[in-house]
Amino acid sequence: MSRIEVLKTYKIYIGGEFPRTESGRYYTPLDSKGKALANICLSSRKDVRNAVVAARKAFGPWSERSAFNRGQILYRIAEILEGRQAQFVDELMRQGSSKGAATNEVNLSIDRIVYYAGWCDKYNQVVSSVNPVSSSHFNFSSLEPMGVVGVVAEQSTSLIGLVSLILPAICGGNSTVVLASEKLPLCAVTFSEVVHSSDVPAGVINILTGYPEEMAVTLASHMDVNALITSNLETKLSNKLSLLSVDNLKRKFDYEVNWVEKDKQALHYISDLQEIKTTWHPIENVGGASSSY
Amino acid sequence: MKIKSQISNKIPVSPSIDKVGVEERVARFQSRSIKNESKKQGLNMVLSMIDLTTLEGKDTEGKVKQMCYKAMHLHDHFEGIPQVAAVCVYPSMVAIAKNELRNSSVKVASVATGFPSGQTSLALKLKDTKFAVEQGADEIDMVISRGKFLTGEFAYVFDEIAAVKEACGKARLKVILETGELVTLDNVRKASDIAIYAGSDFIKTSTGKIQPAATMQVTYTMLMAIRDYYDETGIMIGMKAAGGISTAKLALHNLVMVKEILGTNWLSNEWFRFGASSLANDVLMQLVKIETGVYQSNDYFSID
Amino acid sequence: MITFQLINMKKELNDNWDYSSSLEAINHIQLKKKYNLFIDGKWIAPSKNTYFKTINPANEETLAEIASASKEDVDLAVKAARKAYTNVWSKMPASERAKYIYRIARLMQERAREFAVIESLESGKTIRESRDVDIPLACNHFFYYAGWADKLDYAFPNRKIESLGVAGQIIPWNFPLLMAAWKIAPALAAGNTVVLKPAETTSLTALKLAEIIEESGLPPGVVNIVTGFGETGAAIVNHPDINKIAFTGSTAVGKIIQKALVGTSKKVTLELGGKSANIIFEDAPIDQAVEGIVNGIFFNQGHVCCAGSRLYVQEGIAEKIIKKLKQRMESLYVGDPLDKNTDIGAINSKEQLQTIEKYLKIGLDEGAEMYQPKCTIPKKGFYCAPTLFLNVAQSSIIAQEEIFGPVLTIQTFRTVDEVVQKANNSPFGLAAGVWTDKGSRIFNLTSKLRAGVIWANCYNKFDPTSPFGGYKESGFGREGGLHGLSAYLKLS
Repeated sequence: MSRIEVLKTYKIYIGGEFPRTESGRYYTPLDSKGKALANICLSSRKDVRNAVVAARKAFGPWSERSAFNRGQILYRIAEILEGRQAQFVDELMRQGSSKGAATNEVNLSIDRIVYYAGWCDKYNQVVSSVNPVSSSHFNFSSLEPMGVVGVVAEQSTSLIGLVSLILPAICGGNSTVVLASEKLPLCAVTFSEVVHSSDVPAGVINILTGYPEEMAVTLASHMDVNALITSNLETKLSNKLSLLSVDNLKRKFDYEVNWVEKDKQALHYISDLQEIKTTWHPIENVGGASSSY
Repeated sequence: MKIKSQISNKIPVSPSIDKVGVEERVARFQSRSIKNESKKQGLNMVLSMIDLTTLEGKDTEGKVKQMCYKAMHLHDHFEGIPQVAAVCVYPSMVAIAKNELRNSSVKVASVATGFPSGQTSLALKLKDTKFAVEQGADEIDMVISRGKFLTGEFAYVFDEIAAVKEACGKARLKVILETGELVTLDNVRKASDIAIYAGSDFIKTSTGKIQPAATMQVTYTMLMAIRDYYDETGIMIGMKAAGGISTAKLALHNLVMVKEILGTNWLSNEWFRFGASSLANDVLMQLVKIETGVYQSNDYFSID
Repeated sequence: MITFQLINMKKELNDNWDYSSSLEAINHIQLKKKYNLFIDGKWIAPSKNTYFKTINPANEETLAEIASASKEDVDLAVKAARKAYTNVWSKMPASERAKYIYRIARLMQERAREFAVIESLESGKTIRESRDVDIPLACNHFFYYAGWADKLDYAFPNRKIESLGVAGQIIPWNFPLLMAAWKIAPALAAGNTVVLKPAETTSLTALKLAEIIEESGLPPGVVNIVTGFGETGAAIVNHPDINKIAFTGSTAVGKIIQKALVGTSKKVTLELGGKSANIIFEDAPIDQAVEGIVNGIFFNQGHVCCAGSRLYVQEGIAEKIIKKLKQRMESLYVGDPLDKNTDIGAINSKEQLQTIEKYLKIGLDEGAEMYQPKCTIPKKGFYCAPTLFLNVAQSSIIAQEEIFGPVLTIQTFRTVDEVVQKANNSPFGLAAGVWTDKGSRIFNLTSKLRAGVIWANCYNKFDPTSPFGGYKESGFGREGGLHGLSAYLKLS
C-alpha cells in the first residue's frame, strides 16, 4: 500500500505569520483538467487592512537598512528558492504548465531575484545627482522609497509575474501588500514560505489570495497605501482602481508586459517606486577660487 | 567628604558632539576582550560597585529588609564575594534600610526631589531632601528639571542643583540627568557640565523608569565631561550608570570605558556605581562559571 | 584638595586592572606547508623550482613556503588567462558571470574567520582589524561588483561597452585580501580575466582566495595567482599579451611601471602613496576629532596610503587637541596582532620598520619634538610605538615624505586660506580630513582641497560603492562604485 501524503493547507502571509483569512471563507480554483487544486483563502478587506498595517510597521526599519544589507537579503531569497526548485516546478505543473515551461519559469524567477539583489546598492548611484545650481549651494537629489506599495499580480502566471513586481519594490526599500493571481495562487503561497525563511523582516512582503476585484478595491482606496502597481489587468477594473487611487494621490503604474521574456527586468521598475528628494546646503566661499560643484 | 575648592558660578561652554563619531569610539570599547584574571577581577569590581535598588510604589518594609540582606550576602556559598556599594530606596524606607545595614559598610542612598519626574516646587524638593538626610541617608540621588532644561533655562537647572547640594549637608549628591528625556548627546553633555559645575559629587544617567537609559554612548559622553572637568580643576567627580545594564558583559564594557577615559583611580565604588537590580545575579553566575568552568542556571542564585 | 576614601575593596587591586591576553583561536585554520602557483585552475610548481619563506612579523616565525614565479610562469598564466577569456569568459552571458562572482563572495563569508586569522598572522595587522574591517569589506566588494556584471549598460549609457581582455594586477602588503578583492571583483564583473601578483610578504590570503575560486567552480584560467618578488611583477607589466595593468603600491614603483608602458596599448591605473592632511578647526567636535586623528594614522599601524599623516590644528585649540591626543594614546595597546585587545599590531617587515626608524631619526635631526606614550613592546618581531612629532614645519622632510608607519606630524594654522594652501602644497593628493561643526565650511573645504577622497567629520571610511583614488602623484583611476568599472572596460 502506497504511503499517504500529508496534504498542504494554503494560508495567507501577513506580518511574518501565516494566518487563515479572518473571514473564514475559501474558494477552489481548478486545475487544467477541471479538478480542484486546493482550498484557497478567500481574503477579505479586513485581511487587506491588516496587511497594510503590517507593511506600514515594517516600512520604517526596512527602508533604513543599508542598501547592501537589503541586497544580501534579496540574494538569500534566490538561494532559498533555488533549493525549492522541485516544489515550485511541481506546483506549476499542477496548475497547467508543461515541465519545460515550469522549469524555465522557476529558473527565470531565481535569476530575476539575483538581478534585483544586485541593484539594491547601485540604483541610487545611477539615478541620483549633484546639481550645479547657480547660487553658492551644495545641491543634491537622491531617491527615497515611497512606502507601502500595493501589488496586483498578473492573472496569467503563478510565479514570475509575482516576483517581477515584488522584487523591484522591496529592492528600493518599499514594503508590499501583494494580491496573488486568482486562478493560479499556489506559488504565491509557497513563495511566502520562501520569503519567510530568507531573513526578510516580517511585514516587508505580505501575500493575500482571493478575488482581485474584492481585494484590489480595498487596496486602491486605502489612504495609507502610497503606490499601486498592476500588471496586464483588464481595463474596466484597472480604471476603477485608478479612480479610487486619486483620493490620496497614490502613484499608480500599470505594466503591460510579458514577464516571461528574459529582458523584462530593468532599473526603471525600481525607480518608478521612488520619490526624488533634493537638498540644499550653503557653501561658504573663503580662500581661493570658487566652488567646484 | 570632599571639598570642592573651585566651584564656578558660570554655566560652562560645552563642546559639540558628533554622534556617529561617538558610536565608533564606543564600538572600540565593546570589542575589548576581557578574559581570565582580568575578567574575574572586573566582575568582583562590578559587584562592589552596585547600588541595589528598589523604587516601586508597592515597596514595603519587608521588601527593603530582604534586599538589604542580599546586599550584604550576595552569594554566601562562595567565599570572597564582596558586598555591594549601596542600596537605593525612597525616603520613607531610609530608616529601615539604615537599621538593617548598620553593621556593614553598605551605604544607604535615597532618591529625593520628587523622584522620578521632579515636577514639583523647589521648596518641596528641598524638604524631601532634608527629610531623607535626617532619616540617615548617606547619599542623595536627585533629579534635574528636564522641562526647564529643554526650554533652555540652564540657570534655573544650575541653581536648583546648588540648592539641593546645600540641603544635603554631609551626604554625597548624585544628580540624575534622565538622559532618555534629553535625547541628544549634546544635551547630555550640557546637562553633565551644568550638574558638575553646580556642585554634584556624582552624575547619574537615569531614574531607571524609562528607556533608553545608560547606553554606552550616553555614559561615554558623561565620562568625557568628568574627564574635562578633572583636567581643568583637578577635582574628581563620580559616575553612576543606571538603567539598562543587566548583563555582566555590558558592565565590564563600562569598566573598560572608565579605565580608558578616566584611568584606574576611578575604579572603585567611591567614584563609579551601577544602578541595577538584576545585574548582580548575572555577574555572580559568571564568577561561578569561571571557578567551575560550567554554565549556570538562575535557580541556584537567590533573587532577593 | 582633600579626599577621604571609603571603599569596599583594596585600592591596589583596581589600580592594576588591565586586560589579560585574549588570543584569537587559530587551531581551526588550514595552512599548507608549501604553496604552488595557481594557474589555469591547477596548482603547479614554479618552473625554476624556487620557493621563499613567508614569516609572521609578530614573532618572525615561518608560516609557509611560497612559490617564486619566473617570467616563464607568468607567460603560462597569461596564456591561461587569454584562453579562458577567448573561449569561455567573454562568451558567457553576463548574468551567469555574475553568479560565479556571487558564489565567491558567499564562500568568502563562510570562511571569513579563517581569512581574518591568516591575514593577521602574515601581515601583522590586528585581528580586530582583519575580522571587523578587512575581511567583511573584501567579501562585500565581491558581492557588490557581482551585481554590476549584467548592468553595465546603465553605468555607461550611450556608449559601446566591451571588456578589455586580460588584466595584470599587482597589489601591496597593507590590505592583502582587500586589495585582491578591489582588483579582481571589478575586473571579472567587466568580463575580463586576471593574472594577479600579491606582495611577497603577504601571499597567503590571495592563495586561500585561489582555493575559494576553485571551490566556486569558476572556469579555469579566469583568475590566476602568481606569487613572487619584483621580477614577477615586472614580467607581468612587460608581457605583450596583457591588455590592462592595475597597480597599487609606492609612487616610485608606480612611475617605473608607467614608464615601462609608454608606447604600448596597455591601459593602466595606479593607486599610489599619500601624505594626507587631517584638518581640525576650532569648532570641531573635539573628542570625535581626536578619535578621527587616532583612527587616521594609527589604524593598521599607519600602513595606509590615505593615512591622515599630516595633522593641521587651528591654533586656538592646538594645546587642547594635543593634550587629548596624548591622553588617548595612553590607551593604545601595541602587541601581538592575534590578541583581541591589541590596537597597534606588528610592522609588516623588517625593511619597513627600518624605513620608519629612518624617518624618526630624520625628524629628530630636523629639530622636531617627538612624543611616544609608554607602552610595552614585544621583544621579538617588528614593532613601532605610536609617535607624534610636534614643532614640525611645512618644509620638514617628515611632513613631506610618506613614512608609512604610525607617525603623525603636527602643524598649526590660523585661517582657512592658510590651511587650504598648506594641505594642497604636496605632490600627493590622495585623501584629506576636515573637522568642523559648520556645514558650509565643510563644503568650502571639500571643494577646494585637491584630494580624491575627502572625509568630513570622519576618517578612513570605505565602502564598495564609494569611489577611491587620488589626484596628482597619488595616482589616477578610481576603485569602487560605478566609477571603478571604467578602468576595466573599453568604452567607445
